[in-house]
Formats: sequence, C-alpha cells, structure tokens
Amino acid sequence: MSNVLVRAENVHKSFGANDVLKGVDLEVAAGEVVCLLGASGSGKSTFLRCINHLETLSQGRIWIGDEVVGYRQDGNNLHELSDKEASRQRRNIGMVFQRFNLFPHMTALENIIEGPVQVKKQKPAEARQLASELLARVGLAGRENAYPRQLSGGQQQRVAIARALAMKPELMLFDEPTSALDPELVGEVLDVMKDLARSGLTMIVVTHEIGFAKEVADRVAFMHNGQIVEIGTPSEVLDNPQHERTAAFLSRVF
Amino acid sequence: MNSQTEQNVRSSAPAPELRIVPRKHLGRWAAAAAVVLLLVWLAVSFAQAQIDWPTVQEYLSAPALIAGIGLAIVLTVVAMVIGLVLGVVTAVMRLSKNPVVSGVAWMYVWVFRGTPVYLQLLMWFNLALIFPVVGIPGVFQGRMIDMLTPFVAASIGLGLNQGAYTSEVVRSGILSVDEGQAEAAQAIGMTKLQTMRRIILPQAMRVIIPPVGNEVIGMLKTTSLASAIGVTEILAEAQHIYFVNNRIMELLIVCAVWYLGAVSVLSIGQYYLERSFAKGSSAKQLPPTPVQRLKAFFGTNRKAMR
Repeated sequence: MSNVLVRAENVHKSFGANDVLKGVDLEVAAGEVVCLLGASGSGKSTFLRCINHLETLSQGRIWIGDEVVGYRQDGNNLHELSDKEASRQRRNIGMVFQRFNLFPHMTALENIIEGPVQVKKQKPAEARQLASELLARVGLAGRENAYPRQLSGGQQQRVAIARALAMKPELMLFDEPTSALDPELVGEVLDVMKDLARSGLTMIVVTHEIGFAKEVADRVAFMHNGQIVEIGTPSEVLDNPQHERTAAFLSRVF
Repeated sequence: MNSQTEQNVRSSAPAPELRIVPRKHLGRWAAAAAVVLLLVWLAVSFAQAQIDWPTVQEYLSAPALIAGIGLAIVLTVVAMVIGLVLGVVTAVMRLSKNPVVSGVAWMYVWVFRGTPVYLQLLMWFNLALIFPVVGIPGVFQGRMIDMLTPFVAASIGLGLNQGAYTSEVVRSGILSVDEGQAEAAQAIGMTKLQTMRRIILPQAMRVIIPPVGNEVIGMLKTTSLASAIGVTEILAEAQHIYFVNNRIMELLIVCAVWYLGAVSVLSIGQYYLERSFAKGSSAKQLPPTPVQRLKAFFGTNRKAMR
C-alpha cells in the first residue's frame, strides 16, 4: 500500500493476566477512513488508545509516518518515551471520546483554544478566530460562550470534535463517538464526521454504527478476541462476511 | 363510550377556581419561640453578671489587642500559604507512581498529622538544640537561635502541620475529577504538568475549597497556641492585660468579638472564591450574590419611587 500513515505490527496488550490484544496488524493509508467493528470486549477501544499511546504496549510496534509511537527503538530495545516526547507525538493525533470529556470549567471556545494556546503556543486571538471557524464547521456558530453542561450531548460531542481539529491533526481517532448519545442526536454527530471523511482526513473510527461504516468507510475491520479477524471494503465485510464471528455479530446488530 | 365521557366532562359546569392553602408550619413557630426564650435568658444572665460592659467597649479599641488579632491574621495567612503549597505538592506526590516519592509524602503526612501541633511548635522553637547553626556552606551562615524567631517558628510549625492535613483534602479533590479529563488533556498534547495545572486542579478546587475554608478558620483559632512559644497574638495580649487588671471575662469577650469578626470576613471571602470556581458546574446561571440582590432590590425601588 502506498503512502501508509499508520502501521500497527503485532500489537499485544495485556492488563495483568488479561490479554486484551493478541497481535493486531493494521495499515491505514493517508486519507483513508477505517472503521473498527466488534463486540464489546473485543479490544477495539484498547487498540485505538494504543495508537496515541494512552495505553502502553506489551509487545509490537505502531508507526505514525516513520515514527514509532510512544517508544524509541535502540537496537532490539524499545525505550518508552518521556512524558514530554509522548505529548509532542499526540499533538498530531486527534481523539474523540465516547463520553466527550470536554473540560467542564471552560466554555466551548476555551475548550477548543486550550490545545493551540497551551500546547502549540499559538496567539490567543489567532486561536479564537480558528475556534470560531471550527464551531461554525460543526454547526455550532455562536455557541462560543456556552459551558459544556449547557449543551446537549450531540452538541458537546461536536465541540469535542472541534477541539481535536483545532490541533490540525494528521490522524483522528474516534472511540465510539455516538454510543453515549440519545438516538435522535446521533445523526448530527455522524454528519460532522462524514463531512470530515470527505475532506480527506485520515480517520480510525471505533463504532457500532453499521450504516455509517457502510457509507463512509474505505475499509472495515472486524475485531474479535483481541485480533482483527476480517478486513476489507464495507461491501466485502458487511454484505458478505467470511468469518463466522463477523456474520454472527452483524446478524445481531442489524 | 369514549366520546360520551368526553361530552360529560365538557357539559359539566366550569370548575370553581380552587385556592391552594399552604401548610401551617406550627413546629417552626414553636421552635422559634423556644430559641427566643433561651436567648432572652442568656442575655439576662450576661446583663446581670458582674461584667463591666464599658470596659469591654473600652478594650475593643485597645491597640494591643488590635495588633494581636492582626498578628493572628498574618500568622494565619503565612501558615496557610505554606500549608497549601505543601498540601498540593504532597498530594501530587502521594498520587505519583514513583514509590519513593509517594512514600516520602506518606511519611510526611504520617508524622505531622500524627503528633500534636502544640508539640510540633515547641520542637520548632527549640530546633537550635539539634541544629545550632544553619546555612548553605559558602553562601551564608547564621545561628539558628537568631533565625528562628517565635514568629518564624510558629509559621513553619503551623504551616507544616497544615500541609499534612491539606494534602489529604487536595488528594480527595484530585481523585474526584473524572479520569477522562486527564486523557482528553493528554490527547491534545498536554504534558502531565500542564494537565494538572490547567485541567485537574481547577476542577478539583470545587471540592477542595469548602474544607480548606474550614481549615483557614481553624488555623485562625489555632494561632492562639503560638502564644506558648512567645508569639503575642490577641489571646496572649488579653491575658497579659487581665493578669494586671483582673477583668478576665471582659477581655475574653473582647477577644471573642474580634475572632468572630475575623472569621466572618474570611467566610465572605470563601463564598466568593467558591463562586468563581463554580463556573460551568451547572446548566443554570449562578444565583446572584447577596450584594447583587441588594443592588437589584434598591435599584427597582428607586425606579418605583421615581
């Protein structure tokens, strides 16, 4: 595959005696949208969190571009990066969480400019300008001064997306972005994500929204028991699953 | 069937307007009466006791006592600043994954919370017995006994003791903040230190301030212990005076008035501090402050009068 942005090689992760990831391999090209499907407990969220080093690895490597995430390779040793270096890597990886995790003591605008101003040392006026544009892009123009608690779940998640975009990331990770939303609010968040996908942003999306995967994803990966058991275009995986687990999962979801 | 009942409802005479009668709170009236009786009895006992009220009034403006409460307040502020800084540092250390760092923090809390503050004050004051000389070799040197004035010893003693308590308050505040907050901060590239300073601590403050307010008030009163090592705060001054003129109760009442006044001022400060950290904590607007309410009240009245 040409122009690979993310490459995961034999990623293992265990929490104590509990092996959550048992050798995940994945390549994501720049500009590609990959949806990770799978039952809860299959390891898809954990894998996503490994990509920006919110979780350490037990074995294997993940590259973003030509840089190993979270570690520095020295011969056969992988040394874990310092807090400062790991933070620098995360600047280029946006993440959207299931439960939004907006900063409740800051307004929507303050949430969005926090990264650019504190981390990138951008000028506040510049960052505010960009933040207002991003709020308009996610359909929340004029809500700069609202606190998260004054917004609906769907609005909060859209602010969270804007907050991640403000860092101008080359990769966006979505961890079940619509799972905590009331059904009537799911659409507005998915619409924003579709818009991002069309703009050419590289996205890895953990989701249960089969319809979204079908419409937007370039490829769909199905995870089971800590491994990717099936990967391919949406029509291959969703309409004609080869693995029995995929078929069983899809029949339950549809 | 259905349409019939509907018709019945419609055809019946319009319901008379019902009046809502609030509950009569007999218990409240009884309790209030009991409290008033008790207060009257207290007032009468104080009035009839051998208390020379003009003396109380006279000493309320005594410079020595005012200087004494001033010293108590200054000591409170200094000790609380030391306590807060140490408390935050110790709390963060206790939560560290480094076993040496968290162990040291645990030891500090264990020692300073586990011994009486009175004992600690005496030890600080007599520290010269262990370290006769202090200083950084080559930079400066001094005799401990000159450096450790009663005020310095009291500040360090009270501050270190306070830090041990405050650290537990701060730790509970930090633990009360959702883990997702730290993850979100890291995901936008913040370092651990930035995350703590910008995201975690401001949210923890909501939990931290009420108990710390409590501790400030406690500290103001604990400063009276510093008289044991020669800090002449208000209670020590009062004792000096009543040993001479024997107006014991009068001077103690004066002290009580000063303490109450100082605590009231501190409570107002706490109220506004809590408000400023309550930003975004509720979907509703914050209720107006008493001052804002008064302003609004007089504002509307003035308009009505015009």
